[in-house]
Amino acid sequence: MTTRGSLGRDYDAGAVIVQQGEDGDCMYVIQAGQVKVVREENGREVILDVLDSGDFFGEMALFDREPRAASVLAIGQTKVLTIDKKTFLRRIQEDPTLAFRLVEKMSGRIRELNKKLSKGNK
Amino acid sequence: MIIENSKDTNMPELQNGSKVAVIGGGPAGAFFSFFLIDLAKRMDLDVHVDIFEPRDFFKPGPRGCNMCAGIISESLIQTLATEGINLPPKVVQRGIDSYVLYTSTGKTQIKTTIDEKRIASVYRGAGPRDLTKAKWKSFDGHLLELAIGKGARHKKAKVAGVNWRKGRPEIKTNDGESDLYDLAVFAIGVNPANLKMIEELQLKYRPPKTAKSHIREFFLGQDRVNEYLGNNVHIFLLPIPGLEYAAVIPKGDYATMCLIGNGVDGDLVNSFISTLQARRCLPEEVDPKGSCRCSPFINMKAAVGAYSDRIVFIGDCGATRLFKDGIGAAYKTAKAAATTAVFQGISERDWNRTYLPTYRLIENDNKIGRVVFAVNGFIKSRKYVLGGLLRMVNGEQQRPDSPQRMSGVVWDTFTGSAMYRNIFKRTIHPSFLFRFSWNTVREISPIGRNQATKED
Repeated sequence: MTTRGSLGRDYDAGAVIVQQGEDGDCMYVIQAGQVKVVREENGREVILDVLDSGDFFGEMALFDREPRAASVLAIGQTKVLTIDKKTFLRRIQEDPTLAFRLVEKMSGRIRELNKKLSKGNK
Repeated sequence: MIIENSKDTNMPELQNGSKVAVIGGGPAGAFFSFFLIDLAKRMDLDVHVDIFEPRDFFKPGPRGCNMCAGIISESLIQTLATEGINLPPKVVQRGIDSYVLYTSTGKTQIKTTIDEKRIASVYRGAGPRDLTKAKWKSFDGHLLELAIGKGARHKKAKVAGVNWRKGRPEIKTNDGESDLYDLAVFAIGVNPANLKMIEELQLKYRPPKTAKSHIREFFLGQDRVNEYLGNNVHIFLLPIPGLEYAAVIPKGDYATMCLIGNGVDGDLVNSFISTLQARRCLPEEVDPKGSCRCSPFINMKAAVGAYSDRIVFIGDCGATRLFKDGIGAAYKTAKAAATTAVFQGISERDWNRTYLPTYRLIENDNKIGRVVFAVNGFIKSRKYVLGGLLRMVNGEQQRPDSPQRMSGVVWDTFTGSAMYRNIFKRTIHPSFLFRFSWNTVREISPIGRNQATKED
């Protein structure tokens, strides 16, 4: 996985990229590989999502000051790029359209959750 | 389809079916096309974008090259990733995780604050002229493909001239074709030969002031690139008149040497190559003439009159950052122009309202950049001050948890990751000035000098 011409940081299979409950000040963009988003509640682990190359995660930390809502673990060898909160917020202040894609993804996730909820209620 | 002005003749705007000509398919032209189509779709606007670019970026040597050092800054990598533009390993020649600074009195290494490669070295074209088989992909070619993927049309014909017809820009190509457009976007760089095409438009546009830089490629092979350069960009701050700074950048099988300044000519290049510091970055047996070289113009002062009704200049032919992060400036001007065209309009008043602030931000920041480089120029020939700088960086690098005041300033100055005003603000902070003065005094003192941590 480690190549001279690649960006980001390498994670081995099973490595924890984001830990549920920790404070966060960055988000991540997957450069290669896959990750799973896992939430632990009452000692039970629930896989919320599996994300692929190009997807991002940890974006809620850019907007709120709450601890990480879920853990993110690498599935196989994964390469991930970190986006600093300060860099992102400075840029968004200069160019608000930078948030479009983020808002689009976040609304997509809410849509997915609504679907799952309505399925669960049936 | 040509739409008559919806508001009045002085306030044209893009509408469904509007045609946009982008002249130049380098980063500025590709970014503009990508974002214009993306933003227009969000506004349920169907625009037709033609990119005029005769070069084939996938051919080695000058035919496919945009002649540039090819460093994508840390902040731009992060911004592009947020925009959904990721650079695949085929495009990134090398992920960079540290800078090595060479001076006349020693050298120091500055590592990224987080253990991660977030700076990319790329080839704008396929690579140097002696490349027999392209192992990597052109950066410009990759961006152009992304714009085409969004829906832009790539026209390989060369633009011969642009004139007004029915109040709209008409693009004439060398193959005898001509077409009317609602908006013409110029991303034509600073090569004076390209300016002839706009003569008939009789614009207020005055091209940027330029200086010559020099770029030279050396074939080393990957093993020797690893041995001599590693994942580091090597920066040289040497007291050679006319040279602001030089850089040697690892890229695939090659080392790219880049000289920036106001007086870069053949003699200056030879003086630099013969320095001990430069020779240490290149194996002895390497031919100093290199395998591919060019002396491209660089933008030293922004163009005047970079827009009018239905016309806008972006990237190097408009405003770019002084000495650094030209691709970052291309992204910013392209995005600002695309945002203006979609959300405001394409009249001079619209550019004035929404494009000009970004343009001015770059232009004004360069004024502070000139001060930053003037200070660099002063420091690089002052032995003790330079020693103080190296001592301060070395101390900070040995204590990564301590405030990285000088390391951050040097890193941001040479990586192009921060605006010059931000760098300058940090250099006038009392703690910075105190630490720098203290380290310089210790450098002057014979006891302190003996304890210095200089490596060379």
